[in-house]
Amino acid sequence: MTSAAADSQVPDEGLARAAEPASELAVGLPPGRSGRRRLRRVLSDVIGGVIVLWGAATLTFVAVHLMPGSPAVAYAGGVGSHPSKSVLNAIIQEYGLNKPIIVQYLVYMGKLLHGNLGYSVSQQMPVSQVIALNVGPTAELTLGSLVLSWVLAVVWTVLTVRRGRIISAIGSGIEVLTASLPQYWLGIILLEVLAFHLGLFPATGGSGLQGLVLPSLTLALPIAGFLGQITREEFESALEQPFVTSARARGMSDWGVRLRHALRHAILPGVTLSGWALGALISGAVIVESLFSRNGLGNTLLTGVTQQDMPLTIGVVLIVAVVYVVATILVDMVYQLVDPRLRSAGQ
Amino acid sequence: MTGQREQDTYLLSATDLRVSFGSGAAAREVVSGISFGVRAGECLAIVGQSGSGKSVTARALLGLAGDGSQVSGQLEFAGLDLTSMSERQWRAIRGVRIGFILQDALVSLDAVRPVGREIAEPLRLHKYGNPATRRARVIELLRQVGVPEPEMRARQLPGELSGGLRQRALIATAIALDPQLLIADEPTTALDVTIQAQIIGLLRESKRRGRALIVISHDLAVVSTLADRVAVMRDGEIVEQGRTADILGNPQHPYTQSLLDAIPSAHSRGTRLSEPATLRGRLPASFAAKQRESDRDAPPLLTANGLVKRYKGPDGKVRTVVDKVSFELWPGETLGVVGESGSGKTTTGRIVLAVTRPDEGEVLLNGQPWTNLTEGQRRSRRRHIGVVYQDPLSSFDPRWTVRRILTDALPAEQASARARAERIRELLHQVGLSEDMLERRPLLLSGGQRQRVAIARALAPAPEIIVCDEPVSALDVSIQAQVLDLFADLQDELGLSYIFISHDLGVIHHMSDRVLVMTAGRVVEQGDADQIFSHPAAPYTQRLLEALPRVALDGELADREPAYDRSA
Repeated sequence: MTSAAADSQVPDEGLARAAEPASELAVGLPPGRSGRRRLRRVLSDVIGGVIVLWGAATLTFVAVHLMPGSPAVAYAGGVGSHPSKSVLNAIIQEYGLNKPIIVQYLVYMGKLLHGNLGYSVSQQMPVSQVIALNVGPTAELTLGSLVLSWVLAVVWTVLTVRRGRIISAIGSGIEVLTASLPQYWLGIILLEVLAFHLGLFPATGGSGLQGLVLPSLTLALPIAGFLGQITREEFESALEQPFVTSARARGMSDWGVRLRHALRHAILPGVTLSGWALGALISGAVIVESLFSRNGLGNTLLTGVTQQDMPLTIGVVLIVAVVYVVATILVDMVYQLVDPRLRSAGQ
Repeated sequence: MTGQREQDTYLLSATDLRVSFGSGAAAREVVSGISFGVRAGECLAIVGQSGSGKSVTARALLGLAGDGSQVSGQLEFAGLDLTSMSERQWRAIRGVRIGFILQDALVSLDAVRPVGREIAEPLRLHKYGNPATRRARVIELLRQVGVPEPEMRARQLPGELSGGLRQRALIATAIALDPQLLIADEPTTALDVTIQAQIIGLLRESKRRGRALIVISHDLAVVSTLADRVAVMRDGEIVEQGRTADILGNPQHPYTQSLLDAIPSAHSRGTRLSEPATLRGRLPASFAAKQRESDRDAPPLLTANGLVKRYKGPDGKVRTVVDKVSFELWPGETLGVVGESGSGKTTTGRIVLAVTRPDEGEVLLNGQPWTNLTEGQRRSRRRHIGVVYQDPLSSFDPRWTVRRILTDALPAEQASARARAERIRELLHQVGLSEDMLERRPLLLSGGQRQRVAIARALAPAPEIIVCDEPVSALDVSIQAQVLDLFADLQDELGLSYIFISHDLGVIHHMSDRVLVMTAGRVVEQGDADQIFSHPAAPYTQRLLEALPRVALDGELADREPAYDRSA
C-alpha cells in the first residue's frame, strides 16, 4: 500500500484510524454489498469502454472525411479500384453522402450499431463476414501468445530472481535482450532455425497447435521479456519484505515463499500491463501473420490498407478497439482476483 | 550456582557469535563475538539502537541472517548445534520449536492473504492435523491472543485489522505450534500505549507458561516490564548484561547510562536528554536550570473555539473526528496534544494549519480570523505557522537536494541570491547541520538528519508557531533525544510556540507546558503538564498513564500504582 493512495482516500492518519472499524464492519457485512460494489465497478468499466468505442468510431468517420478525395470513392474501395458511376451513386445513397454532415454521421453510426460494417471490395464480401472468418485465428494467436509470454516470464523470474549475482544477472540480461528483439527479425530467425534447418515446425500455415508454435513464440518472446522485467523488479522487492522473513521463520522453504507469497505480489504490475500487452500483440499480429502466411485480422488489416479498402480497414480497427476495451475490463477483474485488498478497500 | 551449571540449563545459548556480510576485504562484521543465553520460562532482552546488530542477532538464531551472511561461533538450542544445520533441519525447527515475531504486523503479514491463512501456514507446513482441525486451531489461537470475533477476523486481510489486532494475529502465527522459544523483534514499537500493554501481557503469559523469550527492543521501558535479564548491544558487541534491575537500576557502562538518560519523561523536564554533540557547540549548563517562560499576560497567539470536524465513512455513516475542541496557545509555550490513534489529534493539527476546514468553530491567529478566511486571504499569513511531520521523507521531493528544499521554503520576497544563501546557512546552523549536507538528497540522510532538515524547512519563513505532528516517533531514543533538545533550544532562541502532537506520554511530559488529552475527538482534560501527569482528573488520562510501561527498577511489574513521576 502506498501512502499516496491512502492520502487520497482519507485526509489524515487520525481519520484513517477512526475509519478503520468501519472497514472492518464492511467486510463482516453479507456478501451482497461487496458483490454489488464489484458489479458497480464492472459497470463503470463498461460505460467507460462504450465511450472509448464511440470515440474510435467517430475518429474513423472523421478520418474518412478528412482524407483527400471523396468519401464515396474511399468507401468504394479507393481510387485504385476505379469504381463505376453507378456504384458511387449507390454508395452516396447508402451513406447519405449528399446530405448534411451531421446526417452522414448519424447514418454511419446507425450502420455500425446494427453491425453493418459495409462491403469489402477487395475481399468481395461484407466486412463483417471477413472479420468473422479471421477473428478466430487471430484470437488464437494473440491469446496463446499472451499466455505463453506469462508462462515464460513467470517461470524465468521465479527461477532466476535473487539466485546469486551471476544467475540473477543472466536472468535479467536475457529479459532485456528478448524485450528489445524486433518481432520481424525474431520471426525470420525462428523460421530459419526451427523450421527450415531443424524442420521441427511448419514454416507457413500449418494446422492446430504445431502451426501456432512459431508465430506465438515470435510474438510472445519480446512481451515475455518485458513482463519479466517488471515482474522481476517487483519480485525482488517482495522478497525483501518482512512478511517473507516471517514466512521463512515459520519454516517455509525458499520455493514455498517464492510461489505462495512473493509471486502474487510480483505479478500485479504485469497484470495491469496485460491489457496493453494484448494491444501490442494485435499490432504484432500484422507482422507475424504476413510473415507466417496465416489468416487473421492482422493480415486482413494489411490487405485493407494496401488495397485502400476503407470499409475493411475501418472494420478491423473498430474490432481491435472492441478487443482492447474488453481486455481492459478483464484485466481489471483479474487484478481484483489477485489482489483482494481492492475488493475490501472499497472505492 | 556455578557458571557451568547455569550454562547447562540454558535452552538456547550463543557463545562468541559473529555475523558478517560480504567476503574478503569488503567483509563487514555486524555482530562481533557476543555470548548470551536464555532459560525456559525466562525473558532475555537485547537492547540497543538501530544498527547495533540486535536484529541480525535475532535472525541468526533462526538461520535467517540474510543473503551473503557468514555466521560463526557456537549456537546451541536444546542440545542441538544450530551452526551445523542443513536448510532442511532448520525448517524443522523454525515455527515449531522457535517462533519469531517481527515488528510491524502490517508488513510482516502478507497483505494479500487473509490472516487466518497466515496463521494456518505454520500448521500446514509442519503437518498439523487436517484442514478442518487447522481451521479450528486458527480460531482457537486468535481467541487465545485476545482477538474478538475470531471467525470473522480470520477471513480479513491484515490491512483491515487495527494495529493491535494485527500484531496479535502476527503473534498467533508465531505461537501456533507452541514453540519452546519465542523471539520477538520490536514487538510493540509503533503501538499505542494501551495496545502495547496488551501485547506485553501476551508475552508475559507465554513466559509464565514456561516458554523462553528473547525480546529485541530499543524501548527500555518495555524491556523493564518484561525481561528478567538484559543484554545491551552497541556496534555488534554486548557492552553489558545482567539482571534487569541491576542493568537499568545501576548501569555500569556509559552507553547504557546514555540510553537511560535519553528517555524523555517527567524527571527530564527542563534538562537536556542528549550530550551536546551537535555542531551548535552550546553548553548544556545554560539550559539545564532554565525554566521556559511563556507570557501568559499577553493575548493568546492562537485560539481554537469549538472546533468540530465530521467525515463520512465508507459505510456512509458520519463520524465526528474532532468534537468541540477549544484551546489557547500563548507566545513561547508548548501545548502538548496527547491521545491514541484515532483520537483526532492529527485532524486538530490540520485544522490549526488551515489545511482542513472545520465544520464548526474557528481558529483565530493573533486575534484575527484564520480558518474562516479564503485561501487567498490566508496565503500572506501562512508563514506564521510551520509544520513538522513524523516522516519527513514522504514530505520531501526525493529528487530535490537539501538546498532546493530549503530555498523553496524561503519567503518569496527574499529576492537576492546572496540573502537566500545566507539565510540557508543560518537555518542549517540553527538545526545543527553542516553545510556539506546542502547537496544531499533526503534518501541519503539519516532519520535524525532528515528531521533536522524538516525543522529547518519549517523555520525558513520565520514562523511564530510550529505544529509538530509526532515529530520524533520514528526515531531511535538517542536521536529522538537530540531532536527534542533541538526543539527546546529553538524555542529558547527564537521564542517559538509549539503545538506538539504525540502518542508518547513521556515525550509530551518532557516537552509541554500545558497538555491537552484527547480521546474519540474530544478533549477530556487540559491544563498544566505536571498537574495532569501527577494528578490526572479524567478517568481516561488515568487509564492512559496506568498503561504506560516505564523503567521499573525492581524488575517487576510492580508499578501499577500511579507512580509515573519517579523523581517525585
